[in-house]
Amino acid sequence: MEQVKCECGHVNPFGTAFCEACGKPLEEAEKPLLDMRYEGSARRSQTYNKTVIDKIWNFFSSVKVGVWLIVITLIASAIGTIFPQKMYLPPNVTPAQYYEDEYGWAGKLYYELGFDNLYGSWWYMLLIALIGVSLVICSLDRVIPLYRALNNQGVTRHDAFLRRQRLFSATKIADDRLLETIKERLAKRRYHIREENGNILAEKGRFSRWGPYVNHIGLIIFLIGAMLRFVPGMYVDKVLWIREGETKEIPGTNGEYFLKNEKFTFETYQKGKENAVFNAAIDRVGSGMVAKTYETKAVLYKRVGPVIAGEEPKLKKIKEYKIRVNEPLKYDHYALYQVDFKLNELKSMSFALVDKQTSKSFGMITVDLLQPKEKYDLGNGYQVQLLSYFPDFYFDDDGNPNTRSKVPNNPAFVFKMFAPDKPKGEVSFVAIRQTIEPFGNNKYKMAFAGIDTRNVSALTVRRDFTLWVLGVGGTVFMIGLIQGMYWNHRRIWLKRTNGEVWLAAHTNKNWFGLKREIQAVIDGTGIRMPIDQAEIAKKVQGGDEHGTA
Amino acid sequence: MMMKKQRLILRTAVLLLLLTAVGYTIYSNFFTEKTEIKVGATAPDFVLTDLNGKKHRLSDYRGKGVFLNFWGTWCKPCEREMPFINEQYKTYKKQGVEVLAVNVGEPKLSVQKFVDRFGLTFPVVIDREDQVMNAYEIDPLPTTFLIDKNGKIRAIITGTMTEEKVQQYMESIKP
Repeated sequence: MEQVKCECGHVNPFGTAFCEACGKPLEEAEKPLLDMRYEGSARRSQTYNKTVIDKIWNFFSSVKVGVWLIVITLIASAIGTIFPQKMYLPPNVTPAQYYEDEYGWAGKLYYELGFDNLYGSWWYMLLIALIGVSLVICSLDRVIPLYRALNNQGVTRHDAFLRRQRLFSATKIADDRLLETIKERLAKRRYHIREENGNILAEKGRFSRWGPYVNHIGLIIFLIGAMLRFVPGMYVDKVLWIREGETKEIPGTNGEYFLKNEKFTFETYQKGKENAVFNAAIDRVGSGMVAKTYETKAVLYKRVGPVIAGEEPKLKKIKEYKIRVNEPLKYDHYALYQVDFKLNELKSMSFALVDKQTSKSFGMITVDLLQPKEKYDLGNGYQVQLLSYFPDFYFDDDGNPNTRSKVPNNPAFVFKMFAPDKPKGEVSFVAIRQTIEPFGNNKYKMAFAGIDTRNVSALTVRRDFTLWVLGVGGTVFMIGLIQGMYWNHRRIWLKRTNGEVWLAAHTNKNWFGLKREIQAVIDGTGIRMPIDQAEIAKKVQGGDEHGTA
Repeated sequence: MMMKKQRLILRTAVLLLLLTAVGYTIYSNFFTEKTEIKVGATAPDFVLTDLNGKKHRLSDYRGKGVFLNFWGTWCKPCEREMPFINEQYKTYKKQGVEVLAVNVGEPKLSVQKFVDRFGLTFPVVIDREDQVMNAYEIDPLPTTFLIDKNGKIRAIITGTMTEEKVQQYMESIKP
């Protein structure tokens, strides 16, 4: 059961479809043509199935299993793009709430099923890993027998092998010199020619058979590159939200680099200001609807001296740069990409202390919404105290005013107003378009007097040392692809038997090209053009089906 | 027979190799911290100023256990556990456990109101520029780091704690 000895003397592994050396079919003939896939070699996984190891091996060796793994991964990856992933949500939101608020029940389900972090989930990783395993084992299981078979192939092939090739012809011939002509012509077409007892094997482009396996090696290198991302220090991917005028530490740089946002600009295409050819397009979507520029004018600083978090940093200016989409600020392998923005975030709010009846103003206060002061003195005995501040105001479950975050999205204030005639002060709760006087009718009020805003820019911080591995993987992948796609492995056998010359040919693709080549080679030699047995079989079948001949 | 054995060994070897690679990836991604911030590592040093203007440097607390809590006034779970921490701090302060509560960069006014409301007695510092948050890679609030007398992180707790838990945690970092 271990091995099969062919009548030509060659010993084949069990499971071989036809002899590696002479091509004599070892299994019962079922179809008129030989299945040339993998050169009839035994994919051993299909033949030994004894131990647990063998069973695992065979599972991964199956192309069917591999294809299913890829299909499942594709579907999963597609699902991950339906709603934004957790890491791309705006900062300071609770994912559980966000998905439901934004996308309704579908969003809730999405979150509950864990699709919010799909690409980082253990089962997604496992799928990718299984594809990797399948890739390695599938390749090993096919490339080794194929190499063996191609290496062991003999020149003199068994009659049954030749007759059952797709391209075959037999010609009665007397003149031996014809073969010399054919040999010369084949050599000119860069065929490698081997001769044995007057029989010929002409072969070219065998290396194209390794294309798929080179391609797989590329994929595996690519996967190793992806794996390297989990090694600390190899890969940084963070987001930095930075307001105009702010200088902030760049996350992921271990406190080494700081960035100042001097200005964020958002521009759109405006009617009348652009080249006239754009007018029609601008009209279609409306003026000011199409984004033209997202730009952060930034200054990069490096921290001087030891890094202690929280310490006021000593900064050295490194460079100024205008970060635009696809034009990142690059330094020390770090890259800062423009990724998001928020226009007109509230910066400060101004109020006037006003007598409700006379509308007389007693002065104005400006409240910095990030660092509000506690007391504002207006002189002449008028004073305002800020008792409480809610930057992102809402009423919580207990009915108390509270804040959702530290971002001034919807500021609300509790002011205490002092005047010469109200020395104990009056309390007023002020939110946007809303004033509540908790202790009855006040004489004074805080009248809204204006706002100051600024833009916030979001930048992606990237550092990726795995990129070159991915690059090498991708290149090898492409080489494999080209190798397998643009070259064909062609073989032509010529055998002399009983005063006849038998010609058979095989290629792994582009049969038309092979036929034309054979035609050119045998032209004028009197050897018959081989018949395409596969096409004849098709015609016969077609004739039967349609009842025409 | 020889071939069979060889094949088994070869296949086992290849499978083991692949299993190791896959195992390492999954393990390092899900069961270890991808950063310097992990249990057993030295807690990154920082300097922050409390509400009274006093500077607190973590490394000055060597020799004491430090209960390092990150919080925000809007965070309900933080609000729930604050009284527990305050209560246990009274006992454990005498036993060499310090509490440092790091606010995630809110206005001083809001923080002061919060501290007054709960009568917090331990130092509360404000991380105005997110530097300490970055260094400790804070994601959800609240997050608590238990730091022992040698400045090593003993545990990282995310989410709210019961009073019993707070007591146990403080006990665990007693010098």
